[in-house]
Amino acid sequence: MSTTTVSDTAPAVKSRGRAAELLASVGGQNLSLIVALAVVLTLFGSLNDNYLSWNNIQVIAEAATISGLLAVVQTVVIICGGLDISVGSQAGLASVVSAMAFTSAGANPMVGMAAAIGVGVVIGLLNGVIIVYGRVNATIATLAGLAAYKGVAQLISNGAAQGYVLNNSVFIFLSRGKIAALPVMVWLLIVVALAVHVLLKYTDIGRNIYAIGGNDTAARLAGININKYLISVYGLLGVVAAVAGILLTARTGSGQPTSGSEGLELQSITAAALGGCALKGGKGGIGGTLLAVALLGALENGLTVQGINSFWQNVAQGSLLVVAVVIQQRRSGERLVGLPG
Amino acid sequence: MTTKLTNPGAAVRGLGKSFGAVRALNGVTLEFPPGQVTALMGENGAGKSTLLKILTGDHQPTEGHVLLDGVEVALHSPAQARAAGIRIIPQEPEIIPHVSVAENVYAGALPRRSGRRLDRAELRRRIEADLERLGFARVLDPDLLGSELTPAQRQLVEILRALTGEAKVIAFDEPTSSLSEQEVDALFALIRRLRDQGVAVIYVSHRMKEIFQLADRIAVLRDGAVAGVLDAGQAGEADLVRLMVGRDLSTMFVRQQVATDRVVLDVRDVTTEDVSGISLQIRAGEVVGLAGLIGAGRSELALALAGDRAILSGKVLLEGQELRSGRPGEVIRAGLGLAPEERKAQALFLHRSIRDNTSLVVLERLRRWRFVRRSAERELAQEYSDRLRVRTPSIEHEVRKLSGGNQQKVVLARWLARKPKVLILDEPTRGIDVGAKAEIYQIIADLAKEGIALLVISSELPEVLGLADRVVVMQNGRITGELSRSEATEERILSLAMADDLVSSDEGRTA
Repeated sequence: MSTTTVSDTAPAVKSRGRAAELLASVGGQNLSLIVALAVVLTLFGSLNDNYLSWNNIQVIAEAATISGLLAVVQTVVIICGGLDISVGSQAGLASVVSAMAFTSAGANPMVGMAAAIGVGVVIGLLNGVIIVYGRVNATIATLAGLAAYKGVAQLISNGAAQGYVLNNSVFIFLSRGKIAALPVMVWLLIVVALAVHVLLKYTDIGRNIYAIGGNDTAARLAGININKYLISVYGLLGVVAAVAGILLTARTGSGQPTSGSEGLELQSITAAALGGCALKGGKGGIGGTLLAVALLGALENGLTVQGINSFWQNVAQGSLLVVAVVIQQRRSGERLVGLPG
Repeated sequence: MTTKLTNPGAAVRGLGKSFGAVRALNGVTLEFPPGQVTALMGENGAGKSTLLKILTGDHQPTEGHVLLDGVEVALHSPAQARAAGIRIIPQEPEIIPHVSVAENVYAGALPRRSGRRLDRAELRRRIEADLERLGFARVLDPDLLGSELTPAQRQLVEILRALTGEAKVIAFDEPTSSLSEQEVDALFALIRRLRDQGVAVIYVSHRMKEIFQLADRIAVLRDGAVAGVLDAGQAGEADLVRLMVGRDLSTMFVRQQVATDRVVLDVRDVTTEDVSGISLQIRAGEVVGLAGLIGAGRSELALALAGDRAILSGKVLLEGQELRSGRPGEVIRAGLGLAPEERKAQALFLHRSIRDNTSLVVLERLRRWRFVRRSAERELAQEYSDRLRVRTPSIEHEVRKLSGGNQQKVVLARWLARKPKVLILDEPTRGIDVGAKAEIYQIIADLAKEGIALLVISSELPEVLGLADRVVVMQNGRITGELSRSEATEERILSLAMADDLVSSDEGRTA
């Protein structure tokens, strides 16, 4: 270790390091998302005058809230090395439960919401327990959940929309209320996202979540109780999915077993991947996910405003997920087959 | 294949290469004159491979130039380097298994007739001519398939490939590692012939004997820089070693015994799925070496002590307090740390910073409520990074960009920050270069001085002998013997490590 070598090279390395750190603080991934968002907004804005109106922006934001909430918790699960493709079914079940409990409790919104969140906690923990103690691969376990929870929602609702909630001031407030010119739903997303961001970045819990996703063996040997964390993370997802379900009820006016919640798993995973989450775990953040949610929302709305067949939106979303993961793999330096090492 | 040889030469000037934070090469200026064999030497990680990869266009230099015939050349791809007349014979020849030698040699430039049909007649004519000209006609049948070749023949195929077209510079990267003695002689004859034809030959090897047989000049790299260029006729082995390591290795193991009488770790008759009847005590300030062959159960024992494997019977006491098995978190809180065998797979978070990796097991001391105090965390990581001399421009750098030795130091920093009472180091110097090894030995000695009880698992006997106050030998899941520092020799350790099974099971019972 000749010390001269170190001191000679240190300044050069440092200046490069600073530039890299500056870029890292903005985030290369986030930067490209911002650019993509700007492109989408400009494109549809120039095609349709109404697109960039404050009114339409609020529509976009409201429409993105539910998938945004799920994307935020999906991000946590993915960072922790897991995946939950039953989020949409969980939200659907919570939606039905909230409306039915509301109705049967004599139009009591608190009972409706508490019941939904209770169901969310139970389902989330159940997913976690199946994955941890059943030693089931997360994708498979939640694929089973995707079908089963949807089935439960359809069973208890007979497959039809349940109850009517928009005669209640609390649900009206949730669906149409505004605080400081922003819809209440958007505020909810902001609060949840901020809380999760703080959890991930500033607490030891967050550090441990990154550690578990980054290298579970090392995390275990560092004394982290992985099982407890995984179950808790799925529990958290269940709660937030229930909140999303309640918002779904508020938006549509009644409990929806499937409509409005199908496809949310794809949206949330796409947003997390586009936002820079490594699907192997250990990497990602809420900022990127929110940007990706905004991008997906703006794109979806733009396509709708342009009257483009909504089936194309599925194609667009599927393609985006693949593109996001391909970019990620290339960034992470996965060796390409056939190229000299 | 006309190896038309003009009078060229290659040189690199001020060559530098960084991989992220790591400086692989730094201001390397070297000449590779035509008609001479220039040997390139240096420890693992000294920068030899990086230099070769820049010459072949696989890597782009961060600074500096490559010159051919005194003219700067840009080598942006292996194809460009090849076109410029630079060839490398890689250490592991790349052979296509299911095609013939002839097709292997001319892969990418097969002779063809109209309509992209392979011209087999021309292919045969060429390979036979080339084999004849280079004197390989009798050792290499052009019809053999790639998968049927011996290591030496595979090497020959690479050499034949390298000699197609006009080669000005040919680099051999440890070509003899898989060759027999006669094959080495034949290879050397070929290299000398190439040299006499005016090719600039670069020869990378660790084998002193070969270097002195073959080389005209010897360039030594150390830490990415040129440590010196010697005339092979005047230099001796000792000069080379001194240039390569830059320090006297005999001082590597100097260590006072500081063991006290206070038993810190007391393992009593512990049995797990992998080991049985293990009893052992480690005192404060003592370094116990755990020797044995691979598969003797040493790492498994370490994992069990760290709470990661179930202990079926027996007890582990740390300062009198019994550790519950299967709970790494409790074991850590009790004061035992394990730096495991596979640092990348079992210890490090490669995509996280040095700071993150260091603070992981001390977060509960660094937090207020549940918020990590960032400044305290930075100070702590910086302190241990400085103390262990982790070579990095900043503690915010990703661990994957560090060299093996520095990665190991980060693992140690993590545990030192925790201030453990017992530290288990499983193969602490595996895969790291000599310089970093010496530093790790020093760290171990310092830790013992601070009164930490250390268990060092190592498969390198000199390391065990140099470090340990006491050597415990395991074989087949049992302890087969214990040797004090004065009793321990490589022979005695080995005979215990390979002891007869009957003897070992008896000892296991009495222990």
